[in-house]
Amino acid sequence: MENQPTPSPTELRTEEFVVNIGPQHPATHGVLRIEATLDGETVKNILPHLGYIHRGIEKMTESMPYKQSIYLTSRMDYLSAHINNHACSLAIENALGIEIPARAKAIRIIMDELQRLTSHELWWGSCAMDIGAVTPFFLGFRDRERILEIFEANTGNRLTMHYIVPGGVMRDVLPTFVSDVKELLKKIKGYRHEYDQLITGNFIFQHRTQGIGYLSKEQAISLACSGPVARASGVSCDVRKHYPYDGYEKLDFKEVIDYGCDNWARYLVHMEEMTQSIHIIEQLLDNFPTGDFRTKIKGIIKLPEGEYYQRVETARGELGVYIVADGSNKPYRMKFRTPSFSNLGAVKPTTVGLKIADLMANMSTIDLVVPDIDR
Amino acid sequence: MTKKELKQYLEVTYPNMEVKETFNFPLLLVNKEDVIPVLTKLKDASETRFNFLFCETAVDRNPNFEVIYHLTSTYYHHDLEVKVILEDRENPIIDSVYGLWEAADLYEDEIYDMFGIRFKGHPNLRRIMLTDEWNGFPLRKDYQDDKIISL
Repeated sequence: MENQPTPSPTELRTEEFVVNIGPQHPATHGVLRIEATLDGETVKNILPHLGYIHRGIEKMTESMPYKQSIYLTSRMDYLSAHINNHACSLAIENALGIEIPARAKAIRIIMDELQRLTSHELWWGSCAMDIGAVTPFFLGFRDRERILEIFEANTGNRLTMHYIVPGGVMRDVLPTFVSDVKELLKKIKGYRHEYDQLITGNFIFQHRTQGIGYLSKEQAISLACSGPVARASGVSCDVRKHYPYDGYEKLDFKEVIDYGCDNWARYLVHMEEMTQSIHIIEQLLDNFPTGDFRTKIKGIIKLPEGEYYQRVETARGELGVYIVADGSNKPYRMKFRTPSFSNLGAVKPTTVGLKIADLMANMSTIDLVVPDIDR
Repeated sequence: MTKKELKQYLEVTYPNMEVKETFNFPLLLVNKEDVIPVLTKLKDASETRFNFLFCETAVDRNPNFEVIYHLTSTYYHHDLEVKVILEDRENPIIDSVYGLWEAADLYEDEIYDMFGIRFKGHPNLRRIMLTDEWNGFPLRKDYQDDKIISL
């Protein structure tokens, strides 16, 4: 120690220190703790700590009949509750070889796409708020509220619907459903220019996102990213296109891919996906099938022994339901491959080397939902 | 490749390994020692190019453990399930695939946390969901906890 020369004022050194962001921090949108190593304002390392809302859903499913397990999936990604139920129901239907009526398929897809719209609208508001704009949050919630009203009228619930069940849907939609949704879409399309005026064309927002949070295509694949995060890095991974389910193959829609790899690209992919969702719903409303909304299936579901895997595209990416069945009425093991858990890995490579304020921007465009990570 | 073609390809390429099929995917049973060479070959071979590890998990088949890798290819969009059986229940250990797919970082942390399977070569193996002092591994079939109340 004595041999070290005293530093001259020109050789001032800096020291790294650790800051815990969360678990109660508004920018993490839930209880997630990020251990960030900082040098001044520059982020040197990111280590996420999870488990603050771990409920052991995979353990709980092992002691529950298949039908009851579906109810737990709404609690994972609560912004894609319909789509989670859909994944679980599809896994059971495919294993048992049940064919469901055309009306049920149409209702399921309309509900899925409305759910994607609610999720992306909430994301749009909160993303802008993380970056510093307050008004978009209210506008996002205003439009989301209109869709939630439709959910409430038709399914009885606003957030955890449990509407999609094996064999179809729980109950038929209201007679006014088609006209309600048509009116809603008209309203939402009318609002879209406000979104672009407020945020998309905003100089400050563009400078906070363009060129920030770079995630290369190779890294997105290596990290098993899916959904808008991977598609903004040029990875074609839309489950609706590559492994279509419940009639997506008959619909005309584009897989939104951007090659920008940064926050701005992720923003654009989300925005374009909303347009595509509206387009999908319009096609189904024009010739909405009549008939049964559900096929009768046995009261107790028993899956034959084997392994089943079913994936769907939620608002955040690819959700996989992996069921190991032993022939009884309960799953031997049920694993949920959730999109947010894989996408969480993208926080570190996008942020290291940038300033701490960019961490918030990156996390909001990666669009994490914490109960989906922890399960 | 379709499921059938992929199954035939695997039978020809890996003659000393068992090839089965599950409801959705072909299934390749790999010995514990061969995990890294086999997965590296599957990732790099121009016929398969399984470059996307979309799910890695474990199943407790008391007394054995199964570690399961679900692979897909962003070039060909075909899928494969690779299964490794671990017979040592007291000290289950397997090579980490972190060198092949960065996604394994979080997946293997979770498997270690829930099943107690150790991964050799993993950069930072930690209890990711539960606390460090937690007793036992919850997703094992013989896990006992007084706090579990069945209704």
